[in-house]
Amino acid sequence: MPPLQSEAALGQSYNSTASERLTKHAADDLPSGLRKEKSALLIADGMADREERKFAEVPRDSVKLMAESVGVELSDDIAAMLAEDVCYRLREAAQNSSQFMRHAKRRRLTVEDFNRALRWSNVEAVCGYGSQDALPFRPLKEGELYFVEDREINLVELALATNIPKGCAETMVRVQVSYLDGKGNVEPQGAVPTAVQSLTDDLLKYYQQVTRAILGEDQQLMKVALQDLQTNSKIAALLPYFVHVVSGVKSVSHDLEQLSRLLHMVKSLVQNPFLYLGSYIKSLVSSVMYCILEPLAASINPLNDHWTLRDYAALLLSHIFWAHGDLVGGLYHQILLSLQKVLSGSFKKLPLGFCFLTSLCVPLQAVERVLFPHLSAYWSNLQAVLDDDSVSNAQVKADGHKVYGAILVAVEKLLKMKAQSRSVPVEGSVAVRERSFPGLSPPQEPVSEPGFGIASHLLQGVAGVPAEEPVPVPLPVMYRELYAFFGDSLAVRFSTGPGIEPRASRAAPPQPPDSKKEGMGPDTTRKMPQLTASMTISPRQDSSPRNEPSLPAVQNSSAAPSRFQRSSSSSLQRSKPPPSKVAQRSAGPPREVFQKSRFPLPPAAAPFSFLIAGRQTGRRCQGRRFQTSFPQLHPPNPSAQPPRGYAHKLPVIGRMGKPVKRWVCSQYSLHLPL
Amino acid sequence: MAAVQDGSIEPEPENEIKTETSNEVLGNPGDASGGVPPTAPVAAVATEKPAAAATDSTERQTLLAVLQFLKKSKLFESEEILRREAGLLNEIGDSQGSGAGGAALGGGGGAEPESGDASSLLSRVAGAVATAQSANATPAPAKVTPVVTGGDDQPDVNVVLAAYSQQGDPVLYPVYYSGLKRFIDSVLDCHRAELSQVFYPLFVHMYLELVYNQYEKEAKAFFDKFHGDQECYYKDDLRILSGLTKKEHMKGNETLLDFRTSKFVLRISRDSYQLLKRHLQERQNNQIWNIIQEHLYIDIFDGMPRSKGQIDSMSGSLAGEAKREANKAKVFYGLLKEPEIEVPLDDEDEEAENEEGKPKKKKPKKDSTGSKSKKQDPNAPQQSRIPLPELKDSDKLDKIMNMKEATKRVRLGPESLPSICFYTFLNAYQGLTAVDFTDDSSLVAGGFADSTVRVWSVTPKKLRGVKTAGDLSLIDKDSDDVLERIMDEKTASESKNLYGHSGPVYGISFSPDRNYLLSCSEDATVRLWSLQTFTCLVGYKGHNYPVWDTQFSPYGYYFISGGHDRVARLWATDHYQPLRIFSGHLADITCTRFHPNSNYVATGSADRTIRLWDVLNGNCVRIFTGHKGPIHCLAFSPNGKFLASGATDGRVLLWDIGHGLMIGELKGHTDTVYALKFSRDGEILASGSMDNTVRLWDATKAFDDIETDDFTAATGHITLPENSQELLLGSYMTKSTPVIHLHFTRRNLLLGAGAYNP
Repeated sequence: MPPLQSEAALGQSYNSTASERLTKHAADDLPSGLRKEKSALLIADGMADREERKFAEVPRDSVKLMAESVGVELSDDIAAMLAEDVCYRLREAAQNSSQFMRHAKRRRLTVEDFNRALRWSNVEAVCGYGSQDALPFRPLKEGELYFVEDREINLVELALATNIPKGCAETMVRVQVSYLDGKGNVEPQGAVPTAVQSLTDDLLKYYQQVTRAILGEDQQLMKVALQDLQTNSKIAALLPYFVHVVSGVKSVSHDLEQLSRLLHMVKSLVQNPFLYLGSYIKSLVSSVMYCILEPLAASINPLNDHWTLRDYAALLLSHIFWAHGDLVGGLYHQILLSLQKVLSGSFKKLPLGFCFLTSLCVPLQAVERVLFPHLSAYWSNLQAVLDDDSVSNAQVKADGHKVYGAILVAVEKLLKMKAQSRSVPVEGSVAVRERSFPGLSPPQEPVSEPGFGIASHLLQGVAGVPAEEPVPVPLPVMYRELYAFFGDSLAVRFSTGPGIEPRASRAAPPQPPDSKKEGMGPDTTRKMPQLTASMTISPRQDSSPRNEPSLPAVQNSSAAPSRFQRSSSSSLQRSKPPPSKVAQRSAGPPREVFQKSRFPLPPAAAPFSFLIAGRQTGRRCQGRRFQTSFPQLHPPNPSAQPPRGYAHKLPVIGRMGKPVKRWVCSQYSLHLPL
Repeated sequence: MAAVQDGSIEPEPENEIKTETSNEVLGNPGDASGGVPPTAPVAAVATEKPAAAATDSTERQTLLAVLQFLKKSKLFESEEILRREAGLLNEIGDSQGSGAGGAALGGGGGAEPESGDASSLLSRVAGAVATAQSANATPAPAKVTPVVTGGDDQPDVNVVLAAYSQQGDPVLYPVYYSGLKRFIDSVLDCHRAELSQVFYPLFVHMYLELVYNQYEKEAKAFFDKFHGDQECYYKDDLRILSGLTKKEHMKGNETLLDFRTSKFVLRISRDSYQLLKRHLQERQNNQIWNIIQEHLYIDIFDGMPRSKGQIDSMSGSLAGEAKREANKAKVFYGLLKEPEIEVPLDDEDEEAENEEGKPKKKKPKKDSTGSKSKKQDPNAPQQSRIPLPELKDSDKLDKIMNMKEATKRVRLGPESLPSICFYTFLNAYQGLTAVDFTDDSSLVAGGFADSTVRVWSVTPKKLRGVKTAGDLSLIDKDSDDVLERIMDEKTASESKNLYGHSGPVYGISFSPDRNYLLSCSEDATVRLWSLQTFTCLVGYKGHNYPVWDTQFSPYGYYFISGGHDRVARLWATDHYQPLRIFSGHLADITCTRFHPNSNYVATGSADRTIRLWDVLNGNCVRIFTGHKGPIHCLAFSPNGKFLASGATDGRVLLWDIGHGLMIGELKGHTDTVYALKFSRDGEILASGSMDNTVRLWDATKAFDDIETDDFTAATGHITLPENSQELLLGSYMTKSTPVIHLHFTRRNLLLGAGAYNP
């Protein structure tokens, strides 16, 4: 064979060995290599005037070195030929690989593209360079040597590593209206959910309109705005702004109206299914807490019905716990702690405790854990207030009554739950729902059902903290202890027999309560089982509202007795007309009775006296009795509450029949349709 | 038959050659098996010729020519005998061995006229071969089977390359070239532009000749000196050429083969041509004249020479412009008559309700589409020109739905632009390679680099698979809701993954009835998936290299695929072999589209041309040139008259199919255009690109503005209005998301899709 051919053949055969290796090796530094070539080609393009082209060329020395490394000795001219050939093959592979890049619709050439090109030209792929990160291509200081940094990896370490890398997020499709009628970007397209979005004009306008409507004069407009806030799916970007607005509660603490509107806003935000509140929930909760806990400037004026607000806020809070328990799990314990602080603190914060109870009495574990141990300490404070008959104390005292009632309710529920869990867990649950709010302050009624939901939900959360789990107090012991505080007021709530209860409750207040509680005290242990039985059997036997309409017929006075009867259970709530609205909020027959009787009543009414009675025979307190009585329907400050104003204010809450001033539609009444 | 042969081909090590180069082999099947013997001699004879010419003169030349003729005619024995008698055998070896024989001869400049004769004689022989090839190849490209087998493509390449064994002094090449350059610079302005077209092919062929004859240094010098003169749109090809410095490399280089196997087509007016011819003959510049004779096809026309702008708009393809004859065939671009479907009664009621609004809306409809259904469109093909599947009941229902939707369609125009909805693929990690929507926009599918295909439901309706056979047998088949009952609720999910490919999925297409999905991949297969069971039904094997694109016919049943092997194939879903093979492109087929009437397919290619093929007979009926980069998307206008194409150069070109003319150029994108779509009524053209924008163009205006008088139609010389800015109705940014698919819903809402690319 002629020498030329043989040489070519030699070249060919090397192609399959050394040159292949070369190709591979050169492919190692692909990114930089390509970049070099590209720039070289650019130079070539633009250099009509220049003499030499500057392509990336593999010097023949490199070829010889590589050949030696596989044990082949090469002469200079063969090395030169091979070097040139390698360059050509590399360039060809690079050109082919760009085709794969274009069809993958990418801008970046990857090692994989190059490997595909190699594979289709029957060259083995280069493995080990699939990493997404750029490979550092470094020069060695001594001598002109360049290399790709390829660190050794400790496989043992890698294999036994505990931090298992997370998998890739799943590929998904998101759709967005990018341009409406060819105009304007509604929202920047392709934004990953967490990306910071700047507000567009439309959103800004929406924000201004909505806040203006909610805080403005027009009730109808407010309603619409709130409704939209609750259902709009596109306001995620505005959430921080709304949260900021809500956090302005502190600046309007003198204005109940504004406060309640802000709370409405919170409620709408919380109920909007399209919003993920995330960390904003904390801010919202703290705003709501502010309304519950802080001595609002508005509460200075007794005319202001701040109880409504606090009640509402408390309900809202419990709703947040119920609906967003996953987000506020950690907050729950903080709140319990602050409640504990309130209970053990001075009486100045008394009203707050009340509200807290109304909101948190639902998770009964909370009551047992927080309230029960602290009750005795708190009780002394409360008693001091209730015993003080001075005029200056009237307001505080009225508040004290509320607290008393709230605690009572909470305690009652606690006991019932205990009893239920002890005896009839299945049937009891129904009964408890029926029965647990005989004369309970009405706002809790709507909460009651989901209330257990919350409880059960939070139960798990609580259970997760075993250290805090208190030693369960046996029911009889607890009852006895509580009875020591509440006396008959507690006892009547757990009426022992069907027939007895109404009568007893009616009879009890006029009499000095001592007589009865004396008798009941020892019985409690025996009575508790009966109690549960009565719960399951006759929900209507106790002071359930349903019975009340019939009661007036029996009594000589149509309105008063029924009232009276209720007052026995939660008399303190009615002790003063203005705050008693809270109690009358319940939607049900009793309200009608009250409302009918409200105005005709004063001329006909005989002076009633309400009695709150209790006895402290707890371990820590000396067995002191207290009794508070005050005349019914003679408000401590008659001038401050003219009947007209009162009548005017009364329908404000929760009544659908009349044109209502503040809450126009049921959805924005205090009822939380949970 | 083509498929069978093709199927048997093993991928060749270093070359991926697949075109119609193999006249010889095709003509003599017996020879193919014979294999190598003829190969070496051919090359040898070819290379040896200069040496022979040097030593002896004409006598030897003649002898060689005879030898070559004998070889061409397969008269091997006679050839052998003659060879032996003439004692040429040794010399062959010698000349090859020294390799410098040619150079030695080249030194003698005085022998030029003589050797010129010799070479012209030779070229006549070689030219005959070339013309025979092209004659065979061009008229019916589809008929020519690309045959590439084992060692057999070697001879072909050599034959092809042998034509380069021109003799000439390498030192003189630059002189010739610059001489021509000087001449062209000196001619009248009106001819200069036309004659300048000669530069590029001449440059390439001269360079290749130098390389082939192993004048490496001279080749490099020649390239460096003149490559800067070439039009910028050839820079990609020049880049490939620049790397080619060895004769050995030429064998495996596709680009080179493209150049050789097809003549570079130029359109020159008769006056200009005469000018050039006279000049070359006067100067006795045989070197250049030979190249022009052999490697160029000059399409001479009578009339005014074209301007530079006119030439530039049409040139840029790998093999020059299309011949005028190539676009003369009649194309039935009209739409098929829609089957008449009675709209059910309850719909009548609904329509009766908005009686007032109807007439206004219905009237323009009547003009555009309604008339078509009345009488046959003169430009439409026969209804049964190609057999189409029968309409099923479900298809009729869908058609009714479509009609109902169409009545609620937004009429678009420059004043009322469409709203755009963008489907962003998150966490795709640069792996999204293809997207398709169903016609009713209820499903979206994505093809990924990790070989998967994923289907998402865009509507709240989840994707459900059919129950297993066992469960199906339990179903009451007579119940009314049997179609509902066969679905397996347990499998309901928002998206489904389809596994089966073993390489990146480059193209996907839904069937019109939404029952099937096609995907094509790097693994050289096309797969048909069932959207009822979400499993693979068929893997169509036929392509031997990556398949870049595939699409279902608008009537279903047929589909087209095209890929790296430069052929497009037409398939029917129930045949495992292709029905037609469309061959003729000189580089990869990058995109394929069906004409709305399903009688034609368009293919775009990396050779920067678009071809329109007749499904009926496999003929190429249109060749559109003008793009300056690989074409990556095509879109037919809804009325079937126009075609839009987008390429890597960021330009969108509009074509009139009936006249075979370019009628518009839309400049604006700064990167590859990957998506094109006409609105449902064809008023708006939307284009999506790698540059993260969607642009809307006024298609009505673009089509109306162009005046297609008889002259333009006859000569094909159009002057494009520079009105891109007027036609651009809007440019819409995405956020770091290249737009790779666009779709108009039936109500003309524009949907875009792409992967977020942080």
